[in-house]
Amino acid sequence: MRSLLNFLLRIHFLLLFILLEVFSISLLLNNNKFHKARFVNFSRQMSGNIYTKINNLKKYISLAEENDRLAKENTRLLNILESTYKSDELFFRSVNDTVLNQRYRFTTSRIVNNSVNKKHNFITINKGDLQGIKPEMAVVADGMLVGVTKGVSKNYSTVISLLNLDLKISAKIKKNGYYGSLGWDGKGYSAAVLNEIPLHANIQPGDTIITSGYSSIYPEGILIGFIDSFKEKSGSFFEIKVRLATDFKNLSNVNVIGNLMQNEIFNIEEQTEKND
Amino acid sequence: MIKLLPRYIFNFVVLVVIQVFVLNNIQLGGFINPYFYVLFILVLPFEIPTWVLLLVAMLLGLSIDLFSNTLGMHSSATVFMAFLRPYILKVIAPRDGYEKETLPQLKYYGAAWFIRYASILIFAHHLFLFYIEVFSLSNFFATFVRVVLSSIFTILLVLISQYFFRKDSRK
Repeated sequence: MRSLLNFLLRIHFLLLFILLEVFSISLLLNNNKFHKARFVNFSRQMSGNIYTKINNLKKYISLAEENDRLAKENTRLLNILESTYKSDELFFRSVNDTVLNQRYRFTTSRIVNNSVNKKHNFITINKGDLQGIKPEMAVVADGMLVGVTKGVSKNYSTVISLLNLDLKISAKIKKNGYYGSLGWDGKGYSAAVLNEIPLHANIQPGDTIITSGYSSIYPEGILIGFIDSFKEKSGSFFEIKVRLATDFKNLSNVNVIGNLMQNEIFNIEEQTEKND
Repeated sequence: MIKLLPRYIFNFVVLVVIQVFVLNNIQLGGFINPYFYVLFILVLPFEIPTWVLLLVAMLLGLSIDLFSNTLGMHSSATVFMAFLRPYILKVIAPRDGYEKETLPQLKYYGAAWFIRYASILIFAHHLFLFYIEVFSLSNFFATFVRVVLSSIFTILLVLISQYFFRKDSRK
């Protein structure tokens, strides 16, 4: 103990120097936007790289499983291919100009980091600005909602997971269209809470919950989950516990949905509000 | 050493005021910026305890930072410079060491010694400061040119100040 104290005393100059430098640099990072942004960007790029390496390894290990899944998916797609059905009444055919009216664009991306055990969970994916990802795009996995993009660097983005206390989503009940706001309650990675559904709505456990499409971020009809249980809250609304369809512990590939008409929607909404 | 305290407090205030209100507004050629306030660290007495030196440097840097809205930038650079000071003093000590009752100033140890002493520390300070300011190593040489030019300018100012007060204190 004594020799430790002696040692500390001997290097007190160096220690004090390091202490003061750390203090100054932390001041610098906390108070100057430019330095902070630079630092965050740098560390995001770094952590992204490392997570990719780890993930590559993980991906290799689960290769067989993934192969299986792909094979199944292939069979399913082959089954619904037009050529497997007999077609006989092609007198009229509506041409669907998919390029002109394309509203959503999907980008496949791989998850390089994910967490489910915090109160504010984030996911990191390996596509970024260069691949056309912007903040505020919906992220889905197999047609089931995962979250929304937040921070975007050159090659990586962070996604606010549905399992984040800050994320609120406009959701509706599929069979009758009543809509409300869905958010995570921080209890377990497989459940969320849907509020603001009026008491006269006819709901049953097992009903499907989908996105409402009332925000410009999520397309309508993305599967969120199923009603688990519900109870009355403050006399006028249901508080519905929703079993999430997405298995957040087992995510590997996601699709990022860009709304090509988001700007148009924003503009018209803004104009309308201005004119009021 | 206690005798000197009022003088150093006066120095401190005057240097911060000059730096903040005059020199921070001077930007020769758009990017040469003198940081004259480091003179305070240069002329502190030889016998000052090292921890006091570091704390004083922190305080000086912080006061400049507060006025120029760059919290942490000047303080880290100034602390770095103060950290180097004892080692530099040791390395460039005259053959018979430093005499008592003297300060690290031009009038005691001559122009050659003082220029060597001041330019090493000022260069170190500016190097740290400018790289912390841009916070990256891209454009390494552009920053380096700024460091060198600003250092030269600061060294000139420091030298002028030394000659300025020379006669005065001999009396």
